[in-house]
Amino acid sequence: MDFLNGLVTLLNFVVIPATAYGAQLAIGALGVTLVYGILRFSNFAHGDTMAFGTMAVILVTWGLQALGVDLGPVPTALLALPFGILITVGLVLVTDRWVYRFYRVKKVPPVLLVIVSMGVMFVYNGLTRLIIGPDDQRFDDGARFLISARDFKTWSGLDEGLALRTSQAITIVTAVAVVAALFWFLNRTRTGKSMRAFSDNEDLALLSGISPERVVAITWVIVAALACVAGTLYGLDKSFKPFTYFQLLLPIFAAAIVGGLGSPLGAIAGGFVIAYSEVILTYAWKKVLVYWLPESLEPEGLVQLLSTDYKFAVSFAILVIVLLFRPTGLFRGKAL
Amino acid sequence: MKKLLLATALTGMASAAIAEDVKMGIILGFTGPIESITPFMGQSAELAVSEINEAGGILDGQMIEAIRADSTCVDAAAAQAAAERLITSDGVTAIMGADCSGVTGAILANVAMPNGVAMISPSATSPGLSEAEDNGLFFRTAPSDARQGEVLAEVLKSRGVTDVAVTYTNNDYGKGLSDAFISAFEAMDGTITLSSPHEDGKGDYSAEIGALASAGGSALAVLGYSDQGGKGMIQAALDSGAFDSFVLGDGMYSDQLVADMGDGLDGSYGVIPWSEGEGTEAFNALAEAAGFDPASSYTRESYDAAALLALAMQAAGSTSAADYKDKITEVANAPGEQILPGELGKAIQILADGGDIDYVGATNVELIGPGEAAGTYREYNITGGGFETVQIR
Repeated sequence: MDFLNGLVTLLNFVVIPATAYGAQLAIGALGVTLVYGILRFSNFAHGDTMAFGTMAVILVTWGLQALGVDLGPVPTALLALPFGILITVGLVLVTDRWVYRFYRVKKVPPVLLVIVSMGVMFVYNGLTRLIIGPDDQRFDDGARFLISARDFKTWSGLDEGLALRTSQAITIVTAVAVVAALFWFLNRTRTGKSMRAFSDNEDLALLSGISPERVVAITWVIVAALACVAGTLYGLDKSFKPFTYFQLLLPIFAAAIVGGLGSPLGAIAGGFVIAYSEVILTYAWKKVLVYWLPESLEPEGLVQLLSTDYKFAVSFAILVIVLLFRPTGLFRGKAL
Repeated sequence: MKKLLLATALTGMASAAIAEDVKMGIILGFTGPIESITPFMGQSAELAVSEINEAGGILDGQMIEAIRADSTCVDAAAAQAAAERLITSDGVTAIMGADCSGVTGAILANVAMPNGVAMISPSATSPGLSEAEDNGLFFRTAPSDARQGEVLAEVLKSRGVTDVAVTYTNNDYGKGLSDAFISAFEAMDGTITLSSPHEDGKGDYSAEIGALASAGGSALAVLGYSDQGGKGMIQAALDSGAFDSFVLGDGMYSDQLVADMGDGLDGSYGVIPWSEGEGTEAFNALAEAAGFDPASSYTRESYDAAALLALAMQAAGSTSAADYKDKITEVANAPGEQILPGELGKAIQILADGGDIDYVGATNVELIGPGEAAGTYREYNITGGGFETVQIR
C-alpha cells in the first residue's frame, strides 16, 4: 500500500506534469529546429509567435462561445485552433514577405537574421499586448478534470490523490498526433523530402529544381502551425499571459539545442529531457521517500535539490553541459 | 483715483489671504502599479479638505490648499523628487501620503525628516515602517501588516489548526506579512511545515505546490495577490489535490478569485482590514454625494489622514510640523467628543474653543505605538461562493 501511495504521489507531482510540459516544449522546439534547419537562423520571435497564435485562438474561442457553440467536456479552444493557425500563418507569411525576404535575398550572415528576429519578437510582443492586453486570460471551458484527486481517493482507497486534467490529456494526445503528422510529411511526401533536401544542401537542392521560395513558405506555414498549437496547449494547461511566453523561449531553445538543432527527433527528446530535469531537480522528494524507504531511512528534510526559483537555471545548466561535451546535441544536429 | 486705490487695496488683501493659505501635499502613485485606486484615494483626501474649507477653514479662516504629486509607487528617486518639490517650491507644511511602503520609507527618510514635515500614509502597511526612524513625524491610518500576522495566527489558533504551510509573494509586502505571521504563529506553538516564496506572473506553479505538498500541513496560508501568483498557487494546489483548505491574507480578498475557483475555495478563510459602523456609513454617504466609489481600497484611510493633519494643526494652533506632530495622536484618540466624517467643521470649532476631540473618522482611527492605526480586521469564511463574516477582530 505504501508503495502504491508513493507511486501515485510520484505520478501526480512529477510524471504527469512533466510529461505535459515536455510535450508543450517539444512542439515549441520543433518549430525552432525547423527554422534553424531550413532557414538557417535561430528564431527568437518563436515565443511571441506562440503568444500571438494563442491570442488568435482565444479571440476565436470567445467568438464561438458568444455564438453558443461548445464541445461539451472538450475545450472550445480546440474548435478555434484551426482558425488561430490560419491567422498565425497569415502573420508569419506577411512578416517573411516584409522582413526576412529582404535579408534572404541579400544572403546576409545568419547572426544578422537572429538580430532581425529579435526585432520581430518585439513587434509581435507589442502587437499581442496591444490587441489583448498584458493580463492573464482564462479560456479553458468544458470539464476541467478527467480524473480529479478527490474522486481518485474515494475510488482507490489510497491516501494520495491522482489528478489528470483534461488539458493535460489533450496536450499529450495532440502532441503525439502533431508529431506523427509532421514526420509523415517530412519523410513520405514529395514536399517534405524537398524540404529535407534543401536543409541538407541548399545548392544541390536548387540545382535539382526545388523552388526555394516555396520551401521557405511551406516551412513558415508549418512553423506557424506548430507555434500556434504549442502556445494554445500551454495556455489551456496553465494560463495565457503574453509575458510567460517570452520566458518560455529559454527552455524551448534549450530543448532544441540539447536534442540537436535541425533534428526534429532531437527537438522532441530535448523537450522531455528539459521538462523532466526541471521537475525532478526542483521536486521535494520527502513525501515519496517516506512511503518508499523503511522507517529508519526516512529523510528529515524536504530532499529538494534546488529551490523552485531555480527552475530556469536548470535549462541553462543542461544547455551549458551539452554544449561543452556534445556541441551537436544528443541527436547529432548542426553545431552552433 | 479712489477706485484705483480701492482696487489696489483689495488686490493686496486678496494676495495676503492667499499667502496665508495652508498647503497640504497629497503624494500618491497616480501613475504606476496602483494607479487604478489612487484617484479615489486622492479624491477622498480632497473631500476632507473641501469639507473643512466650506466650514470656514482652520486657524481663524485660513483655507487649506491640496496639491497633488506623483509617488509612482515604485520609483523612490521620482517620489523623493516630487516630495522635495512639494516642500521647497509649493511650500506644503504637511503631507498626506505616500502610498506604497517602499517609496513612503524613502520620502520619510530623505525628504520629510530633513525638512521637518509630518506625513500620514493611508496605505503603507509594511511592518518595517514601525521601526523606521521618524523623529515623531510619521503616522499611518492603515494598520501595519505585523498586526495582520498576529490576527491571522489568532484565527488559526481559535480554529484549532496547528500546522500550516506558508507561501508568500516574493516582495516587501509578502515577506513582511509572512515573517509577522510565522513568528506570531510559532509563539502560539503552531508549526510551519514550510515557508516558500512564489514569483508573481508565472504561468505554472505546480513545482512550487509540489514542494509545499511534500512538506505537508493541514492548510496552506497564501499571502499574495488574488490576481497574480497567489491565484496560481491556489489553482495548482486544487488541481493536484495537494491542499483543500486555504488561509488567505488581505491581498487575496477578491470576488473575482472566488468566482474563478468555484467551489474549490469552500471551507477556506482569511482576514481583511475592515471598518464598519457609523463613521464608515457617514463616509460612504459623503463619497457617493461627491461622485466616487467609497468601496475602493484605502479611500477611508485617505480621508482620515487628511482630516487628522488639518485637525492637528488646529489643535496646535500652528501649521508647523514641530508644533502639530504631537497633536495628531491626541486628536485621533480618546478622550474628547467623537467626530464622524462630515463633522469636521464642528471638530474645528470645538478645538478652537479649547475643547478636546476623539476623531473616529471613517475607519475608527485609534493610533497606537509609533503612530499607526490599530486596525480592525474582518475574519471571514468562504461558503457557497461568497464571503461570510465570522467576526470583527
